[in-house]
Amino acid sequence: MALLETHGLTAFYRDFQALFGVDLTLEAGETIAIVGANGAGKSTLMRSISGVLRNGADQILFDGRPIGALDAPDVMSLGIAMVPEGRRLFPSLSVEENLLIGRYGRAMKGPWSLETIYRLFPVLKERCHTPGTALSGGQQQMVAIGRALMSNPRILLCDELSLGLAPIIIKDIYAAFPAIRASGASIVIVEQDIGQAMKVADRLYCMMEGRVTLSGRPAELSREAIHAAYFGVHA
Amino acid sequence: MSWADTILQGVLLGGLYALFAAGLSLVFGIMRLVNLAHGDLIVLAAYLILVLVSGLGLHPFLAVLIAMPLMFGVGWLLQSYVLNRTLGPDILPPLLVTFGLSVVLQNGLLQAYSADSRRIPAGSLETASVAIGPFNVGVMPMLTFASAVAVILILNRVLYGTELGRAFRATSDDATTAGLMGIRPNRTFAVATGIAMAIVAIAAVFLGTRANFDPTIGPARLIYAFEAVIMGGLGSLWGTLAGGVVLGVAQTVGGAINPEWQILAGHIAFVLVLLARPRGFFPRAVD
Repeated sequence: MALLETHGLTAFYRDFQALFGVDLTLEAGETIAIVGANGAGKSTLMRSISGVLRNGADQILFDGRPIGALDAPDVMSLGIAMVPEGRRLFPSLSVEENLLIGRYGRAMKGPWSLETIYRLFPVLKERCHTPGTALSGGQQQMVAIGRALMSNPRILLCDELSLGLAPIIIKDIYAAFPAIRASGASIVIVEQDIGQAMKVADRLYCMMEGRVTLSGRPAELSREAIHAAYFGVHA
Repeated sequence: MSWADTILQGVLLGGLYALFAAGLSLVFGIMRLVNLAHGDLIVLAAYLILVLVSGLGLHPFLAVLIAMPLMFGVGWLLQSYVLNRTLGPDILPPLLVTFGLSVVLQNGLLQAYSADSRRIPAGSLETASVAIGPFNVGVMPMLTFASAVAVILILNRVLYGTELGRAFRATSDDATTAGLMGIRPNRTFAVATGIAMAIVAIAAVFLGTRANFDPTIGPARLIYAFEAVIMGGLGSLWGTLAGGVVLGVAQTVGGAINPEWQILAGHIAFVLVLLARPRGFFPRAVD
């Protein structure tokens, strides 16, 4: 049984339908990447899994248990933590407080604590008392990842980690992922950067207009097939 | 020494206004909710303490210890079942609902306790005073001020040193993202209003032992509380104390010049402070 499954997942913003039956699986220990253009439904998919958007209960299964209808705090307490798009640090909290709040709903013992997160991102330790939003974009992204890891999640959802960051910083951020994988977390990454996604993921899903248009192992997918699935036209 | 004495009395009165204002400031800071019934809730708590004192024969300071958890419960229920439903992008519903609540509380108290003015008896404490240097200072005003300082110290410790305080601030920043951390904004708000109402009980015991009260005096206490919060700067609890002191001193000095000027002098001080510092003494909130 897969750790996380979606079955015919649909999602709506009022009358506007954003997802049209998305099927996706995540095995324990696996890293998958979801790529697609703006408006493809990637962020909606993440918001659905994390409980920010509510869906039909059976449309999302975690360990075989229906969680589609749960709200965000319930999903989080089960062990699915999200690094939201745009980082969304709390401006009135210091770096350290931003990290500590990550375990508010799930103070679970595990590999991740303030100490191990400072070891993963040493620059954060030097700046632990500054307000989170005073950091550079890349450092803020590190705080957002650390904040999600503090709950020792079983699944880490990362929405658009590279958004607005310089390529060299993006490389730094992704350098942390082998350690996160080694800690046992399964990871779902949403990316616009196909090259980065293919490097880090075991499997890739390509989305367009609220549907999965292509999936498979990066080595088995040709650039042309991805291009077609991404833009809907043949290159 | 009479002017110095007047100013000292005013400073101590500022402690009472800071107590009125601390709960208002906390609730506004966390959920941007302006509770127009805050003053009437102070009066409600004063009647609650009066009942405990006159009905059970308790000392007022013992009664307030019982009233605090009861008022916490009132705040928790009020937020959970009424005020949470009014929160949203529109700021009008909470104003209308708390305004209505204010009318309901005033008339309910009028029905239950009549329009007679009442006072919480505090025995010999009412008139006790100690000599500090050249001043004779009342024990109750000093206790009031000391309570205000203690309340603000504790509130600051809770806000900046505990997990609950982090949850308050995170929810205030961004409720959706707070949900991703496992925080339920509505429950956090209920606890915040509960704490505000426990502080209201402390304010009420000093209101009710210091002077007479009746069911209609709530709105004026609300205005004093607002003025203290705004003069101090939104989001700063020490600023709220400073605002309360300015208000207290202005009223006492104004009253010493001419008793008719007491209330007016407070409002004039408020306007002057806003002219000089439109965002108050210690503005913290960025918005």
